Amino acid sequence: MLSRLLPHPFLTALLAIVWSLLVNEIKLGTIVFGLFLGLMIPIATAAYWPNRPPVGRPVKLFLYMMIVVWDILVANVVVAMIVLFKRNKDMRPKWVVVPLELRTPEAITLLAGTITLTPGTVSADLSEDGKALLVHALDAENADDVCADIKHRYERRLKEIFE
Amino acid sequence: MSELGLILEILISALLICGAFFMLVGSIGLIKLDNCMSRLHAPTKASTLGVGSLLLASMIYSFMSGEGSVHEVLVMAFLFVTAPISGNFIAKVNLHRGRGTDALQPVPSDRVWGTYSEK
Repeated sequence: MLSRLLPHPFLTALLAIVWSLLVNEIKLGTIVFGLFLGLMIPIATAAYWPNRPPVGRPVKLFLYMMIVVWDILVANVVVAMIVLFKRNKDMRPKWVVVPLELRTPEAITLLAGTITLTPGTVSADLSEDGKALLVHALDAENADDVCADIKHRYERRLKEIFE
Repeated sequence: MSELGLILEILISALLICGAFFMLVGSIGLIKLDNCMSRLHAPTKASTLGVGSLLLASMIYSFMSGEGSVHEVLVMAFLFVTAPISGNFIAKVNLHRGRGTDALQPVPSDRVWGTYSEK
């Protein structure tokens, strides 16, 4: 009964928060309307979301996001230097194959998103069997180093969070 | 003007310049880099740190002028969710268009990639 009225509790909370942010003021009216939207939208779209996506461990997820933000800051400066001061013929763009240990679709999505957001690497494709990511690196000396870095820094943490 | 106001204004200006700088580098990269996959790297940069600093400046300014605005957090969140997806789409288009030509470096072929899947 409860799961039919409230199929996605986290989505409900998220929608209420997003609505309050959109209206840009905190009043009782906006919060109530946000909760109303948060209750109605998941029920109306329940048919398209048969499973509840796993949330993982929130504290570790938050720490992970902080690490990613820091990496974005550092990597941005590094890549800006490459773009501004390195000649095109000295660049070493490479394809990197990252074999995945993660199996949860949400975790793989987060990993691919992280790889694209951290400058210098873009995730281009997933293998047919879902066991490897194809990543393009802008300037990498050695493909294995990039792969090891991604696996150690991001995949290991995502595995702790989701699996 | 109060001491705090001055510090905040300097901070806002620094953030604006920082954001503009990274946007500029992103655009320069778009022109300068010489192959389609490398060129994809430039916009992902501009959309993270560039837009991030501009939004932070906007938020500080709104709180300084007493209105307070948190819209920017949403812009940032939506951007972080959508940027990798559009990047991935463009990469897939590149993979399709560059297949079998010399516009792309040869893709590692020890696996079947989703874009090239025959299923």
